[in-house]
Amino acid sequence: MVTLKINGKSQQIDVPSDMPVLWVLRDVLGMTGTKFGCGMALCGACTVQLDGQAIRSCVTPVSAAAGKAITTIEAIGATAVGRKVQEAWIALDVPQCGYCQSGQIMSASALLARHARPTDADIDAAMSGNICRCGTYGRVRAAIKQAARSASTSGKGAKS
Amino acid sequence: MTPVSRREFVTVLAAAGGGLLLGYRVEGAQRVMSPATTAATNFTPNAFIRIPPEGRVTLVMPQAEMGQGVYTALPMLLAEELEIAPEQIQLEHAPPDNKLYANRFFGEQMTGASSSVRAFYEPLRRAGATARTMLVAAAAASWKVDPASCRAHKGVVTHTPTRRTLTYGALATRAAALRVPDTITLKAPKDFTLIGTPAKRLDSPSKVNGTAKYGIDVRLPGMLIATVAASPVLGGTVADVDDQKAKTVPGVRQIVRLDDAVAVVADHMWAAKQGLAALAIRWDAGPNATVSTADIVQGLAKASETPGVTARKDGDPESAFAGAAKKVEAIYEAPFLAHAAMEPMNCTVHVRKDTCEVWTGSQVLSRARAVAAEVTGFPLEKVVVHNHYLGGGFGRRLEVDYVAQAVRIAKQVDAPVKVVWTREEDVQHDVYRPYYYDRLAAGLDQRGTPVAWTHRIVGPAIIARYLPGAFKDGKDIDAIDGAVQLLYDIPAIQVEHVRHEEPVLNTGFWRGVGVTHNNFVVESFIDELAAASSQDPVAFRRALLGKSPRALAVLDLAAREGGWGKPMPRGRGRGVSLLYSDWGSYLAQVADVEVTGSGEIRVHRIVCAVDCGQIVNPDIVRAQIESGIVYGISAALWGEVTLNNGRVEQSNFHNYRVLRMNEAPPIEVYLRRNGEAPGGIGEPGTAVTAAALNNAIYAATGKRLRKLPIQPGLVS
Repeated sequence: MVTLKINGKSQQIDVPSDMPVLWVLRDVLGMTGTKFGCGMALCGACTVQLDGQAIRSCVTPVSAAAGKAITTIEAIGATAVGRKVQEAWIALDVPQCGYCQSGQIMSASALLARHARPTDADIDAAMSGNICRCGTYGRVRAAIKQAARSASTSGKGAKS
Repeated sequence: MTPVSRREFVTVLAAAGGGLLLGYRVEGAQRVMSPATTAATNFTPNAFIRIPPEGRVTLVMPQAEMGQGVYTALPMLLAEELEIAPEQIQLEHAPPDNKLYANRFFGEQMTGASSSVRAFYEPLRRAGATARTMLVAAAAASWKVDPASCRAHKGVVTHTPTRRTLTYGALATRAAALRVPDTITLKAPKDFTLIGTPAKRLDSPSKVNGTAKYGIDVRLPGMLIATVAASPVLGGTVADVDDQKAKTVPGVRQIVRLDDAVAVVADHMWAAKQGLAALAIRWDAGPNATVSTADIVQGLAKASETPGVTARKDGDPESAFAGAAKKVEAIYEAPFLAHAAMEPMNCTVHVRKDTCEVWTGSQVLSRARAVAAEVTGFPLEKVVVHNHYLGGGFGRRLEVDYVAQAVRIAKQVDAPVKVVWTREEDVQHDVYRPYYYDRLAAGLDQRGTPVAWTHRIVGPAIIARYLPGAFKDGKDIDAIDGAVQLLYDIPAIQVEHVRHEEPVLNTGFWRGVGVTHNNFVVESFIDELAAASSQDPVAFRRALLGKSPRALAVLDLAAREGGWGKPMPRGRGRGVSLLYSDWGSYLAQVADVEVTGSGEIRVHRIVCAVDCGQIVNPDIVRAQIESGIVYGISAALWGEVTLNNGRVEQSNFHNYRVLRMNEAPPIEVYLRRNGEAPGGIGEPGTAVTAAALNNAIYAATGKRLRKLPIQPGLVS
């Protein structure tokens, strides 16, 4: 039995401690927004956030996630950064087949939470682990920059 | 304004619960890739539009969405004439039915060959115009006014003089009682308000929040999950399985043995994967046990020495060569390629006593249904198939091998079972782009002008297997596509295909199909001819395009925007390529490539000029070109599936390398606008890329490469 905090909600789950978070999310909890792509942390389709860090859930055992906050694509829109990222993704029509986009958005949101105005090198470093076979890279890059601009604009005047 | 008789195209059917149910038939066009079928005498609609009294318009989508944007472009066609906003249309995946949902190019339900917009451009507009005409007539009748005094806009009919309004929903049942009009008038392109605009993709919202459902996301009560190991050598069988350890893995429920595969059925994928790893399977590898890539190449090379089926012959190449001042010859090779769609192959099946239900993502839903019927022995009507968004297709999901295998497994499982392939299984059991081996020769006169061109393509005939009705006189329209249409004005041309099957790997369609390999070959070789006659590659092509103004226009546009002729730093070069094929689109590309001292290749910039005739959505056209180019760069630089002892040597993204964010160049797409018929756009971006890169490497290094993938070692 492990206790996982997923999208703000703690729950007890009866799974082996070495079971990757990916399969707990998809097959045990039915949260299918997080995708399986390679099983070896090579493609990033399974990216979720663990205490705000982008991690590959296909190689992260639940034991390593216990006691930490897991955020998935289903809830990233509830964060200010995640919402901006999703808006930019829609504004630029980034997705094509869309299968990798949950992972792209989770990586991009983690990047923007850390770097409000990422450089191209920052984007390369944060996003090169996320493969897109539809080749949406140019739009992903543009959407990250747009989300950054939009976050800094809407942040002005708001005293928080 | 184009008045068209449409009585034979559209009809009103009884709609359960009232409202308007409009059926229409896609026809009136050549079925270029299918055997001739007799024209239907009775009206049989093959796609449906529903307008229920609640008012939400539903379009049953005959084509599958795999990223190419048909779930936006096709609704736009309907919406343009129906006078609603695309967002007001609800989309439903069509069930399998060749009679209802055939793509006119194939005579069956198929999403492929960059054909969706081409196939549905007219039928959907006609259906929309018919529905709108009937809704307006219904409104006019209820107000007792002249229909000409009414206007339809965004799903509402307004009586202009009195500003009275009725919604389509409110009118639907009444419209359904009206006679279908004898003629309707389609908008002239100048009156389009939607077609040609960058309307937003309708599928984006669900694809940014995890709610879009792919085949792999299916969940059913009591469903089990399986993963599978098929024979690592094609044609091999299971000799023996020791499953003692696998059965002890917590969550493993059942081991299913097939002739050529073993599956582990479990509560979840983790248990299934662990169970699979714990199996000891002894394979009887069969006749292909010792085959390597070199053996295949040897077979192709030998076959290339014999003549093939002539696909095109202009003039007299033999005498033209005899009179030529110079002869240039070359052999080109293109490797086996995997598709590596992001969503690994998967299929969910529930076999009950006398029915079978299938959930998957497929480009050929009727084939999925047929194979499930065949495997279960049930009649077709006892097989139900549900389609989903496809996490990439690229031609891989034109095959139904994974459906057949899942049904075979499910027959032995007393519950619905989702069969999910690991990435390793996906890479090693693909239906690969074939290995091609091409011989080319050209004769040049004293001024360096080509006077003869021969091109012998050696490879399998995929069409003979996949669309046997379209395989006529030994001619494979796929193998020769992009070669046979050679636009260059050369007096003597011969294009041949030598059919050579190497049944050690399954081969099939891969994004860009035959054109991807042919364009690499043709456009690299024409570059060789330019070099052999000491001419600039763009100028050399231009001089041969006098009869192809559309090709010339995209070439000039790409050259201008690509900075053709401007100085480059040492180690950098620009390469150009030009494409025309059965898709009906013209593309020209300029690639800016650097070859570093260590032989590493960096793509700095790609410029692509496109003339795809009437554009439905320019932003989707751009996205498809960007997408195709990235797919093409991955393949050109690294794409290669090799065999050793009959086994595929690649297995996952570490050794089947694909382009990543840090390697992706800026891509600029320039669209030409004209009123020509719509051309295909999902694949040409991939097909036009390899030659541009290859020619840029030549420009940068002076070394001519004739084999893909581009081997860094060869240019350093």
